[in-house]
Amino acid sequence: MIEVTARYFAAFRERAGLDTERVRTQARTAADLYGELAKRHGFADSMTRCKVAINDELADWNVALTAGDEVLFFPPVAGG
Amino acid sequence: MSFKITTAVIDPDARKRELTQSAAGACVTFEGWVRNHNDADMDVRGRATQGAVADGEAVQALEYEAHQAIAEKEGARIVAEAMTRFAVTVVHCEHRVGKLQIGDCAVWVGVSAAHRGAAFDACRYVIDETKARVPIWKKEHYASGATGWVNCATRTT
Repeated sequence: MIEVTARYFAAFRERAGLDTERVRTQARTAADLYGELAKRHGFADSMTRCKVAINDELADWNVALTAGDEVLFFPPVAGG
Repeated sequence: MSFKITTAVIDPDARKRELTQSAAGACVTFEGWVRNHNDADMDVRGRATQGAVADGEAVQALEYEAHQAIAEKEGARIVAEAMTRFAVTVVHCEHRVGKLQIGDCAVWVGVSAAHRGAAFDACRYVIDETKARVPIWKKEHYASGATGWVNCATRTT
């Protein structure tokens, strides 16, 4: 069990009703954590269309999480 | 070369002057404007509009949000890639965030090059990659009062 900080942006933030939360989790990867949090907050977007950043750097979904990480969840982007 | 996220009004004429190079024989710029209707067919990737929002619904304003630090880092990578892939002299991109009105310039790309082919290709590359990769989100405010995040399955109204 590790504790990380999850941060939500745009549609995720509005859906979750919060922008940051501390999460105690058994998730080993960012992908596992997304699965857990998507279920909790009702995020409907497939992970393949979303992005994750860890400690302010874009990261792969399969990267292993470390205690204290700040994990940023980005819904599908729509610039332009 | 540069990639900038800004809350200020984009001034295409001023930005274009930054492209000037004596070696440049071509200049291609792109401006993305806020349009007045929701139009899923115009986007490469589909968007899931749920509830009462239908394609063609009148859009009154757009709100852009970005993670500025990561957006500028990823944007800088895209601009650097364009410099490497195409024979261009200068590449700049600027994307506005905050609340925009119909007709406002949301994104600007400017490229100068010795020849037109590379300038067209690099400009297209930068806008396409920016739309696909940079953490920027767009919320449409409809005439009905509803709002919708473009391209997302999750939405609140």
